[in-house]
Amino acid sequence: MKISRQEVENIAHLARLEIDDQSKASLCEQLSGILDYMDKLAHVDVQNVKPVSGAAFMHNVLREDAPHPSPGPDVTLANAPKKDANYYLVPRVVK
Amino acid sequence: MDLHTLTLAGARRLLDEKKISSRELTRALLDRIAAHDNTINSFLMVDAADAMARADAADRQIAAGNQTVFTGIPMALKDLLCTRGMRTTCGSKILDNFVPQYDATVVAKLKQAHGVILGKTNMDEFAMGSSTENSAYFPTKNPWHLDYVPGGSSGGSAAAVAAQFCCAALGTDTGGSIRQPASHCGVVGLKPTYGRVSRFGLVSYASSLDQIGPIARTVEDAALVLNLIAGHDPMDSTCASQDVPDFTAGIAAFEKQGLKGMSVGIPKEYLGMEGIDPDVLAVFENAVKVLTELGADIKEVSLPHTAYVVAAYYIIAPCEASSNLARFDGVKYGFRANHADDLIDMYKQTRSHGFGPEVQRRIIIGTYALSAGYYDAYYGRASQVRALIMEDFSQAFDACDILLSPVAPTPAFRIGEKMDDPLTMYLTDIFTLSANMAGVPGISVPGGFSANNLPIGIQMMAGRFDELSLVRAAYGMEKSLGLNRLFPTL
Repeated sequence: MKISRQEVENIAHLARLEIDDQSKASLCEQLSGILDYMDKLAHVDVQNVKPVSGAAFMHNVLREDAPHPSPGPDVTLANAPKKDANYYLVPRVVK
Repeated sequence: MDLHTLTLAGARRLLDEKKISSRELTRALLDRIAAHDNTINSFLMVDAADAMARADAADRQIAAGNQTVFTGIPMALKDLLCTRGMRTTCGSKILDNFVPQYDATVVAKLKQAHGVILGKTNMDEFAMGSSTENSAYFPTKNPWHLDYVPGGSSGGSAAAVAAQFCCAALGTDTGGSIRQPASHCGVVGLKPTYGRVSRFGLVSYASSLDQIGPIARTVEDAALVLNLIAGHDPMDSTCASQDVPDFTAGIAAFEKQGLKGMSVGIPKEYLGMEGIDPDVLAVFENAVKVLTELGADIKEVSLPHTAYVVAAYYIIAPCEASSNLARFDGVKYGFRANHADDLIDMYKQTRSHGFGPEVQRRIIIGTYALSAGYYDAYYGRASQVRALIMEDFSQAFDACDILLSPVAPTPAFRIGEKMDDPLTMYLTDIFTLSANMAGVPGISVPGGFSANNLPIGIQMMAGRFDELSLVRAAYGMEKSLGLNRLFPTL
């Protein structure tokens, strides 16, 4: 399947990535090759096969809804690139 | 005595007999790292002061008679295991300054046992790769031949064990990332059953496939490490509550009865495959011979969906990655690009500058495969094919106890050889991906050498939670071949 430049741009936006022009060209080519290879899955008979989402035993894991001590804002925000008191700072969202 | 030559079990004996101290052992390994790791580049970070402090604390425990198996044992950790107060980069620039505020469960267990952490080992960025060339910092070299890759993504851990920089190391395996570098570096690598070991504090790549496991010099050492890290953890809801046996019992079982009564399946789809190096085939055929001599019953089995494993895996893993890696947005931790116009622009600039090319490629593939209009054709279908692959394995393990195969189609390749062609790199994972897709355990044990003296491993896989069979058979192979006594000259 051939992936167009436009598609790469759309997907990159969804993935919150910015791809430069040079990388776009090579990505189109690489992705097309990779997706061509993936197309072999179309040949598998999967009628009535239930998809699996993991290899764990599928049962619900429950616990008591009991309060536990929180690490607190100093610990939680220790790695924040930008913060103000107990808040993460991000660029302005509302113009 | 050359302390770096000690296995984990050997070091334990000498520590218990007070013939060596953890301080001496740790110092010797730190000196060896300082002398040789500038050529091999297996560590991203070594914290000598922290290691020596832990060694001294361990020596005090030993003096008081309070030691356990890991007290005073110097270990290396793949740099995607969170270590409280110790930088954890995942081989990525986006986590260059990340200092975890808590320990991964496996790290907490090691610390609780008064183990010594020498440092954090190099890896493909976010564990995406088969050569450790995707590290954002530097490639690691194969200690057997510096022009060759150590394999990946746990290439730093495997190289550090092969170079005798540590008693053992922890790696992670999402599609072969413990077994393949262990094979390329001539050491033992064990991927446990999915759910055997807690993933809490492991930076996620593909959560339904990731598993932490040991890389060690001997099968016994690998079993000891698994003893330490296995077991239920309420912090990981996928972590199994199965009983944890003493995995060294597999060694005792071998010593008692060899491999008598064990049936070994050889998947017929694997052997007809094109592109398997003749040296790899020769090592594999020899392994079949060895297992037969040890009393195993060899039979042919079938894994009918083998041809679809790579395609299904390289949809599922990137889909999960695209979701897991959405958390790296420059807000809560790690790198943030400055001078962004607005929030979305900040996300984009942060991620584009923070992630390397392979990580971006997999995020793009995953985002594409999960996007509206393509979900059913890609992720949906791959998840159905995964169900068929799991069924293949379930049937195979009805017919035999373990499956035998090569680990990789070729020995280690040259640094740079496959970097321009991602698909070719993906295809080299054919023998290891299935164990992750099916959630079964797998081990790579040294099997021989290529014509140019590069190690070649043998893979064994067993049914879920049957690591004991792997330990038994792999130990038999190790004992027969004696390859665990060979090490590269640095």
